[in-house]
Amino acid sequence: MSAAPDHDENHPHDLAHHFDTHRQQFDAGKLGMWIFLVTEILLFSGLFCAYVIYRANHPEIFIYAHQFLDKNLGALNTAVLIFSSLTMAWAVRAAQLEQKRALVRLLSITLACGFVFLGVKAVEYHHKWHDGLLWASQYNPKHHDSAEHNEAGHGAESDGEGLHGEEPKNVGLFFSIYFMMTGLHAVHVIAGMGAIAWVLNRARKGHFNRRYFGPVDFVGLYWHLVDLIWIYLFPLLYLIH
Amino acid sequence: MATTVDGKTADFPTDRGPLNYLNCDRGILSWAFTLDHKRIGLMYLISIMASLGLGGLFAMLIRVELAHSGQQIVDENTYNQLFTLHGAIMVFLFILPGIPAALGNFVLPIMLGAKDVAFPRLNLASYHLWVIGALFFLLALVTGGLDTGWTLYVPYAFQTDTRVLTAGVGAFILGFSSIFTGINFVATIHTLRPPGMTWFKMPLFLWALYATAIIQVLATPVLGITLLLLAAELVLGIGIFDPTKGGDPILFQHFFWFYSHPAVYIMILPAMGIMSEVIPTFSRKHIFGYRFIAYSSVAIALLGFLVWGHHMFVSSQSSLASTIFSLLTFSVSIPSAIKVFNWLATMYKGSIALDTPMLYALSFILLFGIGGLTGLFLATLSTDVQLHDTYFVVAHFHYTMVGGTLIAFMAGLHYWWPKITGRMYNEFWGRLCSIGVFAGFNLTFFPQFVMGSRGMPRRYHDFPEKFEIFHFLSSIGAFLMGLAMLGVLIYLLYSLFKGRRAPANPWGSATLEWQCSSPPPKENFAETPSVSDPYDYDHIKYDPEKNCYYRVN
Ligand SMILES: [Cu+2]
Repeated sequence: MSAAPDHDENHPHDLAHHFDTHRQQFDAGKLGMWIFLVTEILLFSGLFCAYVIYRANHPEIFIYAHQFLDKNLGALNTAVLIFSSLTMAWAVRAAQLEQKRALVRLLSITLACGFVFLGVKAVEYHHKWHDGLLWASQYNPKHHDSAEHNEAGHGAESDGEGLHGEEPKNVGLFFSIYFMMTGLHAVHVIAGMGAIAWVLNRARKGHFNRRYFGPVDFVGLYWHLVDLIWIYLFPLLYLIH
Repeated sequence: MATTVDGKTADFPTDRGPLNYLNCDRGILSWAFTLDHKRIGLMYLISIMASLGLGGLFAMLIRVELAHSGQQIVDENTYNQLFTLHGAIMVFLFILPGIPAALGNFVLPIMLGAKDVAFPRLNLASYHLWVIGALFFLLALVTGGLDTGWTLYVPYAFQTDTRVLTAGVGAFILGFSSIFTGINFVATIHTLRPPGMTWFKMPLFLWALYATAIIQVLATPVLGITLLLLAAELVLGIGIFDPTKGGDPILFQHFFWFYSHPAVYIMILPAMGIMSEVIPTFSRKHIFGYRFIAYSSVAIALLGFLVWGHHMFVSSQSSLASTIFSLLTFSVSIPSAIKVFNWLATMYKGSIALDTPMLYALSFILLFGIGGLTGLFLATLSTDVQLHDTYFVVAHFHYTMVGGTLIAFMAGLHYWWPKITGRMYNEFWGRLCSIGVFAGFNLTFFPQFVMGSRGMPRRYHDFPEKFEIFHFLSSIGAFLMGLAMLGVLIYLLYSLFKGRRAPANPWGSATLEWQCSSPPPKENFAETPSVSDPYDYDHIKYDPEKNCYYRVN
């Protein structure tokens, strides 16, 4: 800029003009990212709050309805996300050590894990859609008719585990909470994948070095948060006793 | 170079460089996609003042309708829309972003001696989101309006034909704009302070912005999820807030006020920060009780999260919960009062100059005092049962939000106007209009305390004859205040073309933003300026020839 041309020459291109050192730039970015993560937790906190209140007031809905969720698929997705957190953390280290090929590979694996997660989630959503297990206003379970015909307990033949207990009122509310929580989480997974794709592209171009690896670190933090939220969602929704 | 602070003479730069942030780049795109915090701040300033005008127009229409009993200009349904849009526009588009995003954006980095905020792109994104959110509000306005009240209470929000979804999406987007500003300010204050500026050598406006940013970051996401659930209800029918589907409408109120009570501190804390700059400057006296003011900002920010239940004393809340919320609400008044006492002590035996910003500051102390003290009536359980949903509440929050925030915004606008635009406004008209605003405001809202305590409910289109005189006075006051605000607009615009060129330091302030020229150059400072006590006026002397202040050692 016209103000101080001599200043620009010894100002590194990957250091924004208003920062004096890479350290300062990294610290600002990291602090900003942590604050952003706090806002994300608070965004979800409203849903967790709604969950706690409805579960405390109507435990029977949760105990009854959670049986319709597929624990195996949920556990698979949990494993996929935890593994992707490992590869993401490893990628940050690779960026710090300037291991460009390892960085690209690890980010690619993390991104692939995101796709696997979404795929499994899509299968689950499809089943719910097919069975009419939707949010309150659309809740119209298919098993319902047959269960009423054979009250002696043959009702849930199609379901391997077998269902127990009478259906309480307002079961749809459980699925409202289920779809809001997992849906909002899925939106965050997609956003995280977009961010990973962005740093992957920059990694391929060799933008990162031992002084400038902030973006990988920050995207990593975000991805860990997405993972962490799922680690809470899985037991709260799938593993109820 | 004109833009630097010359260390030897330690003088303020009096002559401008040829280029400043306003004229260094040309063309509409150089503004719309600028990363310069000053330009973003100025665009925010223009946008929020336009919103203030629109919200004010609705206020005038309301007061025309209520000037006499019976129907004057609009029917009941239109009236419901008028007060809803007035509230929603004023809250979401003017008061919340007003001081932090407009004045704060401009001033914060310069006060730190920095070149910009920590994340300039995020700052621009925040402004763009603001514009998009505002467009959604306008869309709601032209496609069918909104008649729920600005609170969007369920279950009525599900039943009305007006545009709840559009306005909700707008408020959701505006929330993200606010979060981004908050993240930026926290990170900037943490990482870009110049060498020598420790936390307790920061100007108090920065403490206020910091506390505000903390609330923006911690409260706004809860509004986000509330609006998301509201939108999901409207689009999908998820039933979480809908009693007909087994949901809980009170939960909406809890979520809403968990955000919206702290939000009133997003509105008032930066206003208090302006007071802490204006009052010592125009009293020519060091601020009294610096640490108390700084800590009280943080105390207000934290306590503000624990009092939301005072909006729900009559919403089936348990009496134990109500008692606790009532006690906590009383406790918030302590840090607020600490600030007021410190400002008064700052003025004591000061050499007070009654310039326009100081007149607004004095108005603030008085009006905010009335607003704060009447809040205690509403925090008291038994009196609240009588007073809730009456004009007493309306008057109370207008004394804090208008008498507090708007008046402080006016103080800040006049204080920093020479720095932002490089021009001086006409001091005579400035003082006259500030007195007009003060008089008009009191005439508008003081009668509302009286009629509220006598039982006049809020949000009614019509009223019995015994309230006639109060409503009439209130309307006269509103027109007077509207006229004075129009006067402000006219002389400020006039100053842009004909105003005297502003020196670097027209008021004799000691904070860093007065050490760069008016208007500042693009990079603010060519080298990081030296930091000294932001309230030390002993080393700043007036030069009657050049009509400006300079520093002596
Ligand atoms: Cu409140």
